[in-house]
Amino acid sequence: MEMGFATAVELATAIQQGKTTAVEAMEAVLARIGETEELYNCYVTVDRERALQKAEAVQKRIQAGEPAGPLAGVPVAIKDNLHVAGLPTTCSSRILASYRPTFSAEAVRRLEQAGAVVVGKTNMDEFAMGSTTETSAWGVTRNPWNPGHVPGGSSGGSAAAVAAGECFLALGSDTGGSVRQPASHCGVVGMKPTYGTVSRYGLVAYGSSLDQVGPLARTVEDCAAVLEVIAARDEKDSTSLAREDTDFTKALVQDVQGMRIGIPRDYFGQGLDEEVKEAVLEAAALLGQQGALVEEFDLDLVDYAVPAYYTIAAAEASSNLERFDGVKYGYRAAEAEELHQMYKRTRSRGFGPEVKRRIMLGSFVLSAGYYDAYYLKALKVKAMIKAAFDQAFARYDCIVSPVAPTTAPGLGESLQDPLRMYLGDIYTVSANLAGLPAISLPCGVDQKGLPIGLQLMGDCFQEKKLLRVAYTYGQLTQDKMPAGIPGQFVQGAKTVSCPKDQIEKAAVAEAHAPGKGGM
Amino acid sequence: MANRISDDIIEYVGILAKLELSGQEREQARRDMEEMLCYIDKLNELDTSGVEPMSHVFQVQNVFREDVVTNGDGGQETLCNAPEQKDGMFVVPKTFV
Repeated sequence: MEMGFATAVELATAIQQGKTTAVEAMEAVLARIGETEELYNCYVTVDRERALQKAEAVQKRIQAGEPAGPLAGVPVAIKDNLHVAGLPTTCSSRILASYRPTFSAEAVRRLEQAGAVVVGKTNMDEFAMGSTTETSAWGVTRNPWNPGHVPGGSSGGSAAAVAAGECFLALGSDTGGSVRQPASHCGVVGMKPTYGTVSRYGLVAYGSSLDQVGPLARTVEDCAAVLEVIAARDEKDSTSLAREDTDFTKALVQDVQGMRIGIPRDYFGQGLDEEVKEAVLEAAALLGQQGALVEEFDLDLVDYAVPAYYTIAAAEASSNLERFDGVKYGYRAAEAEELHQMYKRTRSRGFGPEVKRRIMLGSFVLSAGYYDAYYLKALKVKAMIKAAFDQAFARYDCIVSPVAPTTAPGLGESLQDPLRMYLGDIYTVSANLAGLPAISLPCGVDQKGLPIGLQLMGDCFQEKKLLRVAYTYGQLTQDKMPAGIPGQFVQGAKTVSCPKDQIEKAAVAEAHAPGKGGM
Repeated sequence: MANRISDDIIEYVGILAKLELSGQEREQARRDMEEMLCYIDKLNELDTSGVEPMSHVFQVQNVFREDVVTNGDGGQETLCNAPEQKDGMFVVPKTFV
């Protein structure tokens, strides 16, 4: 079988039919990693031996005729803030460089149970704080469409790995757009489910009321196939929901006749790149031609989403990241004389500038005297934003928008002005504040040759509507929208040495001598 | 708006955040925080009187379960991650000086 940029569903079928094997699929992915990873740096850890062993075990099950799961043999990459037992979890931070979780995240466990095989852990913005993957302590990940550009973030490694053919599927986490925005920048499909749909057990918490685990994939079908596997009530996450409508692949129907689609006027004003605007409106028009009822409307409070989001996210982050204190795991500053000094030195040296910036802001908005004015205020605005979406979804099945105001920025362009970087999250943070499902899928390429993303947002629990619209759009445009980088295909499996095998050791060594890292 | 964040506030936030900031870092932290708070002040344009703060999107209640052990004893594995351990315990620097 020509594996190249086959979809995960195609690969799983081919393995099941004996046209290829789980081991061949993994070898092909490892070979691809050997060829391109040095440039792209999608992974923090690749455990070649473990990956091949697991692939062999899956293949044995298939050959024995045992049920091996819907994703049997499909190589999958996991964002480095989701635990995989046996592999390090670093959150791309020095403070966790030497940490080895003793258990797997529930979403990972479910993927493995469905037969998927973990390739490795992907690079990310440190503790998922950033929109470019440039705040990683392990170096930037480059956009496979143009290595001079960022892959987006914070799940930039996952998105780039899918785009580059270094895996067939990936998991990311989305607190304010961290699955959807890198998917958009790398020309792949990414989805954030309704809050509570996927267990957060084993996901290192950033903003607990906002965080959701979501899939990144080459197609809407693959995305639905993963979501179907990972969506489940889990006793280990008290916010996870018991849903009965998780047969998401049933929603893959090419039909949008009569569906009501809203275009929020306020999303298309100042700050939006003209090429992105055109591509998104063209996509909406195409859905209209297929019988969807498309109209513009006024969505209230658009300008208040980003300030409310950053207040809440920073507050929750400052609380969640208290646990990194050098006592139970990770890096500890060596020469402290007493406990409190050890905490402060460990955290000051272990965390990077963006993480410290958000912890400081979060500590401030939660502090006595400022709590009501900032944190409580933001929670009230969140309630108002949720109400505005409730109103919109009384009229529309889904809302169409850009994912980001521009295509992927050049390397080094974003971090100089954090506030400007935060404003780039304007279209994605609302879904997290309001708990809504949202999907990002490719809808064009700009003049620089960089992919443009289309976002569909739905009401809570309406993933199926989104998948139906996304699938329809994907089917209509599949000839125009290459899944993966144009002109690049993997030529079968061959053994190539994998330089990333050594990365873990290097990471640990580096962490014991962390740099200064200014604020 | 400028200088809303005094030295005392930065000192206090540093204590809350358990971060040790050098002189230059403090200045940068102050500037960053000023800028963000200026921006967040946009929320004050909205009249939120009578609006209930929403900490959670869904009406969730506390979840209870029987206190039964379902996992094995991972004590030793857990301790392996500690920067310093002794006799099955975490070791920390002196707590009193």
